[in-house]
Amino acid sequence: MSSKLKNIFFVLVSILIGFVIAGVILKLGGFDPFEAYKIMFLGIFSKLSYVSYTIIKSTPIILTGLSVAFAFKTGLFNIGAEGQFIIGATATAYAGYFLNLPSYIQIPTILLIGVVAAGLWGGVAGFLKSRFGIHEVISTIMLNWIALYLQNYIVMLPGFRKPESEASFDINASGSITILENWKYSDAGVAFLDLHPLIGDFLRPPFNAGIFIAFLAALIIYYILNKTTMGYQLRAVGFNKHAAEYGGINVRKNMITAMFISGGLAGLAGSLHVMGVSKNIAILAATEGYGFDGIAVALIGGNSPLGCVLSGFLFGGLKYSGAKIQSAMEAPSEIISIMIGIIVFFMAIPKLFKILSELKLKKLSKLSKLQK
Amino acid sequence: MKEKENKDQHQNQNKNSSPNPGPNQNSTQKSQVTVEMKNITKVFGNFVANDNISITVHKGEVHALLGENGAGKSTLMNLLYGIYQPTHGEIFINGQRVDLDNPSVAIGLGIGMVHQHFMLVPIFTVAENIVLGQEPLLHNLNMSLAPLDMKKAIESVEDISKKFGLTINPLTKIQDLTVGQQQRVEILKMLYRGAEILILDEPTAVLTPQEITELAKIIKNLSAQGKSIIIITHKLKEIKEMADYCTVIRRGKYIDTLHVPSCTEQDLAQKMVGRDVILKVPKKDATSGRPILKIENLKVKDNRGLLAVNGFNLEVCSGEILGLIGVDGNGQSELVEAITGLRKVESGGQVYINGAPITNKTPREVFLHKIATIPEDRQKHGLVLDFSIEENMILQTHGDPSFSSKIGMLNHKSITDFANKLISKFDIRPANHLALARNLSGGNQQKIIIAREITHNPDLLIAVQPTRGLDVGAIEYVHRSLIEQRDNGKAVFLVSLELDEVLNVADRIAVIYHGQIVAIFKADQTDENQIGVLMGGGGSGGGASGGKR
Repeated sequence: MSSKLKNIFFVLVSILIGFVIAGVILKLGGFDPFEAYKIMFLGIFSKLSYVSYTIIKSTPIILTGLSVAFAFKTGLFNIGAEGQFIIGATATAYAGYFLNLPSYIQIPTILLIGVVAAGLWGGVAGFLKSRFGIHEVISTIMLNWIALYLQNYIVMLPGFRKPESEASFDINASGSITILENWKYSDAGVAFLDLHPLIGDFLRPPFNAGIFIAFLAALIIYYILNKTTMGYQLRAVGFNKHAAEYGGINVRKNMITAMFISGGLAGLAGSLHVMGVSKNIAILAATEGYGFDGIAVALIGGNSPLGCVLSGFLFGGLKYSGAKIQSAMEAPSEIISIMIGIIVFFMAIPKLFKILSELKLKKLSKLSKLQK
Repeated sequence: MKEKENKDQHQNQNKNSSPNPGPNQNSTQKSQVTVEMKNITKVFGNFVANDNISITVHKGEVHALLGENGAGKSTLMNLLYGIYQPTHGEIFINGQRVDLDNPSVAIGLGIGMVHQHFMLVPIFTVAENIVLGQEPLLHNLNMSLAPLDMKKAIESVEDISKKFGLTINPLTKIQDLTVGQQQRVEILKMLYRGAEILILDEPTAVLTPQEITELAKIIKNLSAQGKSIIIITHKLKEIKEMADYCTVIRRGKYIDTLHVPSCTEQDLAQKMVGRDVILKVPKKDATSGRPILKIENLKVKDNRGLLAVNGFNLEVCSGEILGLIGVDGNGQSELVEAITGLRKVESGGQVYINGAPITNKTPREVFLHKIATIPEDRQKHGLVLDFSIEENMILQTHGDPSFSSKIGMLNHKSITDFANKLISKFDIRPANHLALARNLSGGNQQKIIIAREITHNPDLLIAVQPTRGLDVGAIEYVHRSLIEQRDNGKAVFLVSLELDEVLNVADRIAVIYHGQIVAIFKADQTDENQIGVLMGGGGSGGGASGGKR
């Protein structure tokens, strides 16, 4: 327990150091760091629509963070959340356009199609590892590129491509998870929201049910890892595959399962993004970075489901509000990337803190010697 | 000033001479005190690792530091080597009070330490490793780009090895040396740096019986040349063989300093554990019954693709302990891996349990044939270190109906109850089912495995080096468990590198050499000499083991 508290303390200190060093860099660049942080703070909390946007921004990276964290817990490094996100988004967009069922069937169906497709995509890496010993870092990076160009190919398929554009058709409205999407633009809705400006403000962005599904996913993942025999086996393989094998656990099968679930989580992020925000997919020149952000989210969140939710919000908030210092004071929003980099960097060297605390002890013992 | 201090210490020593009477038995030259640690206390957080310990070592003395795992021996020596600094207390080297802020200060004062895990560069030669950090340079140029004087390095290594009788070829690469030879290189490295005080941390833990004999000779030689040697150990036999004095530490506290020639192993064990210890667990005669494990013409390849087990035949019966003895690397690991399903058996060989073939089955299937294993490497194969005690207890059985529901939900309550029952039955400490295995001592980690494996109620228990790295108290415990298992009519297959263990515990002894059984004896019809010769492959290795007396 105390070691858990210590870890949380290290995370908080790292975050603080991240803010301080990013502040120094801003200062060196001739910007007032306090002003910048104030803009960022107000940029998240001063309006309900900002809060709404922050939540929307955080949803996918909470899930890709969960994806990476789940793989970590089972001893795998899933760099492929990026590609699995794309596969999930593509499969859902495709199914969402060509299927048109009642909402209560359409939504779970196209969501599931996205999750399973991405799960299989991740499972390929798991299979390659368990069957041929190909390291998952290599295979998932390669699968990322395959996913990217596969999406670009599918977008351009005749019948799916929206003519004269580089994007697909939107998914059918029955598959949308944006909250009160039709109502808020209807006459009754507009009238109601005029009377209740706070709610109207909150609903102005495409606020959607994704965040609740992300919470649910975090809960389920926690449950699977800690309360089921499947989670027991996955963790045993992750911590010590030799002992797991000795204990009669099928290591290969568990690797594939782990990569399937991890991929499914990243795919869920992609599906929700399509169903709640973008409604379609478009030609990508490069990957969007949701999967890579997930790695940082998982690291900052200590690979725990709750940690991923919290760090996902931190990360989403920083990314969303960081863009605002660019317009307000022409400070580069890249400072946010630097800040996150610094936080991860310091998290990765808890040894430094140990050295620091030992130095402090040494000094104290020297002082006490001198006093004698 | 220095002289006066020296004198003072001698007087001190005479006043409370009972703990350490001084090694003046044979020669008076030895009496110079080289190391004195006075009232040393070291606290980590709330944990007192060393509590007011004092120790005095003289020139030319071999001083053993004895204690159970976690007693604080290594901490005390790390204080002397400058890795830690004492919370209270003073250290004197050659009569001078010193502050050992880091190891380089200690090295400068002539203190050297060989750690349990060697710190050598495998692809460098012996000479390169020894001079590393203090390389002789051509023309005595003192600049970082000055060329190495390899010739001089080799010469000085040869000089030292001749002087101290540590024969080794300076041009061999470390990776081509045996563990015993690597240890020699580590000792040479200290001597090259001019060490007068040598600390050896568990020097015999990784050595074969023959190598231990060699090491004892080296240590005798070094002490005869005036070096002070401190050996950290928990092996009583070696203390009797090597040391002049022995300081016993128990749970961080100083217990006593004994003159080794005038006490018995039993005395040492009693001081170390704090109660009477049975070094040889008594047992009734075996009443062996039907064959349980039957191995026929087994052939198994090692990782390099060579036949490590080559035509191996053996039977282990119910109600007996069969001890398999051999020098490490004669196919024991591959044999056990093949039986337990971790390694493929070449065609032609067969393994039967209770008459049913289990050749090339998965580990799970082998387990279901009522075979339990105490693996060789408890941290790699036996435990998931980052799992709690209770999670480790269900490594094979987490899917059983008693621990999980049909849909795969773990039943935490019954798991905790089960773990707590085993924790109290096998006296595992700490008695906390949620404690991580990582944080337990080696003995208690082993108890988790023994508790788990015996509770499977197997027909065959395979125990591979079950007492490796354990102290006498824990060894007694493990041996009792094996004998109890046998007395319950089970078959026990004990694979060990320790001749004493096999002689003490087994009913029949099989000797393995180059992947084959070379002889099988009843334990009471053979002795150390006969088996030692066979372990070494007949005549050639006989000399070394015979030298053990």
